Amino acid sequence: MKEEYIYAVARVRARELGLLSRQDVDQLMACRTYEECLRTLSDKGWGTGEANLSAEAVLAAEEEKTWAFIHELTDDMAPFKVLLLPTDYNNLKAAIKTVVTGVEPHEVFLPGGEIDPELMLRCVREGDFSALPEDMAQAADKAYHALLQKEDGQMCDVILDRACLMGVVRCGKESGVPILADYAEMLCATSNVKVAVRACKTGKSRAFLDMALAPCSTLDLGSLAAAACKSLDDLFGYLAATPYSEAAGKMKESYSAFEKWCDDKVMDLVKGQKMNPFTVGPLFAFVIARRNEISTVRIILSGKLNELDDGMIRERLRDMYV
Amino acid sequence: MQNFDWNALGVVFALLGAVLAALMGGIGSAIGVGLTGQAAAGVVTEDPSQFGKVLILQLLPGTQGIYGLLIGFVTLTQIGVLGGTAPDTLSKGLLYLAACLPMAIVGMVSAKWQAKASVSSISLVAKKPDQFGKSMIFPAMVETYAVLALLISILSITSIANI
Repeated sequence: MKEEYIYAVARVRARELGLLSRQDVDQLMACRTYEECLRTLSDKGWGTGEANLSAEAVLAAEEEKTWAFIHELTDDMAPFKVLLLPTDYNNLKAAIKTVVTGVEPHEVFLPGGEIDPELMLRCVREGDFSALPEDMAQAADKAYHALLQKEDGQMCDVILDRACLMGVVRCGKESGVPILADYAEMLCATSNVKVAVRACKTGKSRAFLDMALAPCSTLDLGSLAAAACKSLDDLFGYLAATPYSEAAGKMKESYSAFEKWCDDKVMDLVKGQKMNPFTVGPLFAFVIARRNEISTVRIILSGKLNELDDGMIRERLRDMYV
Repeated sequence: MQNFDWNALGVVFALLGAVLAALMGGIGSAIGVGLTGQAAAGVVTEDPSQFGKVLILQLLPGTQGIYGLLIGFVTLTQIGVLGGTAPDTLSKGLLYLAACLPMAIVGMVSAKWQAKASVSSISLVAKKPDQFGKSMIFPAMVETYAVLALLISILSITSIANI
């Protein structure tokens, strides 16, 4: 029932006042050093309050705070599966690779997934994935055998990435919330574009593309794969006739311009939730907004750490939610 | 059945009108204040200093319940329950029922819609507390139609005795 989110949305609205604005980003950009940036973030309440935290620890703490807030607002995490599935699949990938290569899993798992990485490790070690959700178990079994028998790490990645995107699209559709379905579709389509461009540049076969591309409704996978097998110009020509026509131009510019374009499109999509007081959409938009500001801060911090020119940092900065 | 005095039902229908006005207005307001209360609690959880502002916005959909009560009370004073004289014909009783319906129906519907406008205004106050004055206007516009229904119901009820 949509009324269930009225309390949660009101809290989100009040929390949105604490999101970084364009002025806050400018203030961070005006910091002369990496350390000054960290101090400014600490003054804004970022991190755990402990002194001398590393940048990664500060950003991880912010991600954790976001999810703790969402858990406080709702017990039903089903609408957030579109955001949690990529973390789970990333952890599954790490579990399979560490077990097959015999490496001790040390700091390879991302926090915040729905499935305990230890369970994934146990499943991979025993070769029995039945404890995982059905779709994930099937993909894990295929990926595990691809790596174990054929020693093909790329195929392992491709199988899991495709299964992840298909899972995201399915969760988006099943949620019945338009913003979730639109986000899932956009994530799947832009991922397909990235795969097609990389495959085209590295001369991959049609069979590889058919295996790697995940079904989505805004791209015709047959045409995309066929164009990617011919040339980059053909690929960009095909994209020009799709809702992702701008993507071709950004891709020609640079890969980071394309990544920024993808993130800005997602931001445009979720900004509509500012006017929605009743559904889960604003909660979802808040998580996206927090992730967006975390990635913006990460770009600034790594730019400051590597003493990059301000202009170079600025052209990578994402649009902000507020 | 042929000897049944249909005119005796006049007071029953008149009382039904009073009950419906209080009942439907009350239901609408209870739903409305409940919805806005959730939003208000959400804002106060994050920023207790906004309590006064969001409380006013929460109460806006509560007026329809009061209007319904008023119409019910005025009707009771006209139809011989708390005063006045009981309607002596069936048609007069039906007239009281009809006179109560604007407040009953508009009260219930407008309370729900006003609650939605209030919830949105509470979100507005959460993000821009200095815009409280403007945020009051939007749900208050819905109130206009509850007041119009109240007026027509009162005018009708107080005039029926003279027919």
